[in-house]
Amino acid sequence: MIELVDVSKRYGAGWAVRHVSLTVGRGELVAVLGESGSGKTTLVKMVNRLIDPDEGEIRIDGRDVRTQDAVALRRTIGYVIQQVGLLPHLTVGDNVAMVPRLLQWPRDDTQRRVGELLELVGLPVSTYGDRYPDQLSGGQRQRVGVARALAARPRLLLLDEPFGALDPITRVQLHGELRRIHRELALTTVMVTHDMVEALTLADRIAVMFRGELRQLASPHELMTAPADEYVAKLVEMARRQGEQLRDAAGAGS
Amino acid sequence: MTELLRGLPPLLASHLELVLVALAVAAAISLPLAIAVTRRPRVAFAVVGVAGVIQTVPGLALLALMVPVLAKTGWLSPFGFPPAVIALTLYAILPILRNAVTGLRGVDPAALEAARGMGMSPWQVMRLVQLPLAAPVIAAGIRTATVWTVGAATLATPVGQACLGNYIFTGLQIRNFEMLLVGVAAAAILAMTLDALLAATERALAGRSRRRALIPTAIFVVLVGFIIAVLPALADQRGALGPSSAVAAGARAPVTRVRIAGKTFTEQYILIEVLRARLESAGIAVDVAQSLGSTVIFDALVHGDVDAYVEYSGTLWSNAMKRASGPPRWRVLAELEGWLAQAHQIRSLGPLGFENTYALAVRRDTAERHGLRTLVDLSRIAPQLSLGGDYEFFGRAEWTAVQRAYGLRFAHTTTFDPTLLYEAVARGEVDAISAFSSDGRIAANQLVVLDDPSGALPPYDAMILLGPRVAADPRVACVLGGLRIPVEQMREANAMVDRDKASPAAAAAWLLARSGPIDESCSRLAPQ
Repeated sequence: MIELVDVSKRYGAGWAVRHVSLTVGRGELVAVLGESGSGKTTLVKMVNRLIDPDEGEIRIDGRDVRTQDAVALRRTIGYVIQQVGLLPHLTVGDNVAMVPRLLQWPRDDTQRRVGELLELVGLPVSTYGDRYPDQLSGGQRQRVGVARALAARPRLLLLDEPFGALDPITRVQLHGELRRIHRELALTTVMVTHDMVEALTLADRIAVMFRGELRQLASPHELMTAPADEYVAKLVEMARRQGEQLRDAAGAGS
Repeated sequence: MTELLRGLPPLLASHLELVLVALAVAAAISLPLAIAVTRRPRVAFAVVGVAGVIQTVPGLALLALMVPVLAKTGWLSPFGFPPAVIALTLYAILPILRNAVTGLRGVDPAALEAARGMGMSPWQVMRLVQLPLAAPVIAAGIRTATVWTVGAATLATPVGQACLGNYIFTGLQIRNFEMLLVGVAAAAILAMTLDALLAATERALAGRSRRRALIPTAIFVVLVGFIIAVLPALADQRGALGPSSAVAAGARAPVTRVRIAGKTFTEQYILIEVLRARLESAGIAVDVAQSLGSTVIFDALVHGDVDAYVEYSGTLWSNAMKRASGPPRWRVLAELEGWLAQAHQIRSLGPLGFENTYALAVRRDTAERHGLRTLVDLSRIAPQLSLGGDYEFFGRAEWTAVQRAYGLRFAHTTTFDPTLLYEAVARGEVDAISAFSSDGRIAANQLVVLDDPSGALPPYDAMILLGPRVAADPRVACVLGGLRIPVEQMREANAMVDRDKASPAAAAAWLLARSGPIDESCSRLAPQ
């Protein structure tokens, strides 16, 4: 369980994040939705202490993250970014094995875990284990990124626009797989996105950020039916219109 | 040619040793420095800037500068290996540092964020991500530094470090172009070989196979070991300057090995061979350092890195003692010998019998047309004439003294390399030059030396100086002390090399055949 209590982060004169409080329950998948500059990435990076807040408190399972060693903390939290950031000089297998090795797992355990995870993301180790990142497609790379994030059996998974750079077909495929992995491994997941449709289809609840403030935290259904303010209403309206246009286009074709 | 090739291995070995030590030290300084500043871009720019400024100092100047600096600090010998290594290290820092900083700062930010996000400590990020990803750029910097350093190391000759530059400097000065070419070609081949090996290592590393990288690395190690350890042992050691063996000052054991040295003009190369032949015929082993700078050689004698060489009284009078010109010859000699003994425990074996003074010389036809015999005559028409001088002349006290004594004013003055000076006046590029009175090219080029009736130019008696280690050794003094060389003979010997392309050793043999044999009593002073 992740709790953010009245968290703020300032950059110079402006606010990146302003008095945000929210709780992500165990096993929940929360999407943090917002346009660029809304503070959504800053919010997530404060959870694994890549950024420390100026004010407020962040607790994981009741423990303040500021009392924990940042490096040790990060090894217990899976982290996936849009550009993936695989280490290009290491094989797929070695990339996935990185955190277990940092944690000095026994060799056999690490190898077994790499096999399990590559299987989990659909890239069998026998075929892909010895490839290098530049020999993979974008979608395959992000699958490896997810496998790497999960290698040390974290309970928590943070994803920062993980599918932003992928083509639509791959993106939809990975949506399904993320949902499945989230459920199978009973993860607590926070995913940053700027895509309303992605948030609506994937998340249990959606946190809408605008100019550093949390405008609404609600389930997709609640968001669609009862937007909390004008900004959220506009987002919902846009998503709805897109849906209608899609239906019209499909209808016109038949 | 075979003689030249036989002398090459020891020079190649010490050249390579010099280059590798300088590169290793430069890398040991640059890489940690680059790692330390990589997170602070402003500091990184400042550090690379400073290294860049060092790089703009001409190589020869940087090397020469290390001699007085080291002499002042007194930690290391200011002669030979230490100043050469320090200067080359400073030179090699820039390419290594700049590439390391560029490489480390150029690592994909996504890889860095992912590495931090997965829980790597800053040092782990450096070791597991930044260094491996920057490795090709860092390796390219080391390659650049290697090629530069192999070239710049040829400039270590004048500070007394044996290297391929010995062939280049000597070849230039005594106009032995075969020797010059051998030196240049050896340096070029060495640079290309090292570059090719490093390139192969780099490619193998980039190719993700650690095992394949071992092959060029192994070739490199074997080659270096062969050149440094095996080759010189196989080859004739003669003509090389071995690694400096510091001998405690004041040791009283009989001297069995003497290090002799010479400056960078023809006469000095001949005199080295004269001293060598005398000492070797008395059974004393000889090491030689050629082509030393004028101040470097005296410092080296003072510090015991050189034991004997031929100096000129006027040079020390004005440069080392900082005295004005003026007193007569005998007083200069007497005061100089006293000062050398007291201040530096250096012994002078007295004048060799010839002078090599600065003099102003003109073509014979110029002298006849204007009726020039002395500098007084010259001063009348000097405003219509141009004067050429060597690198030092216009900065020396003698030039000031001559100008003042005769009111000399020339239309222009031009600086030339000493090897080109005589030809420049002979071809009419200039009307008068600063000449050396013992130079064979005065006669060869039909020049007339103008008299100095006011004695404005100090006397330049050639004299053998013995450093502190051998000054008190009776046998060395006995063997070298009996030498006398009249100015006509020295001039002829110089002309043999400059005009007739004889080797310095041949000219020395000609001189020795005309000087007396070694006194028989010297052999009785041999160690028992």
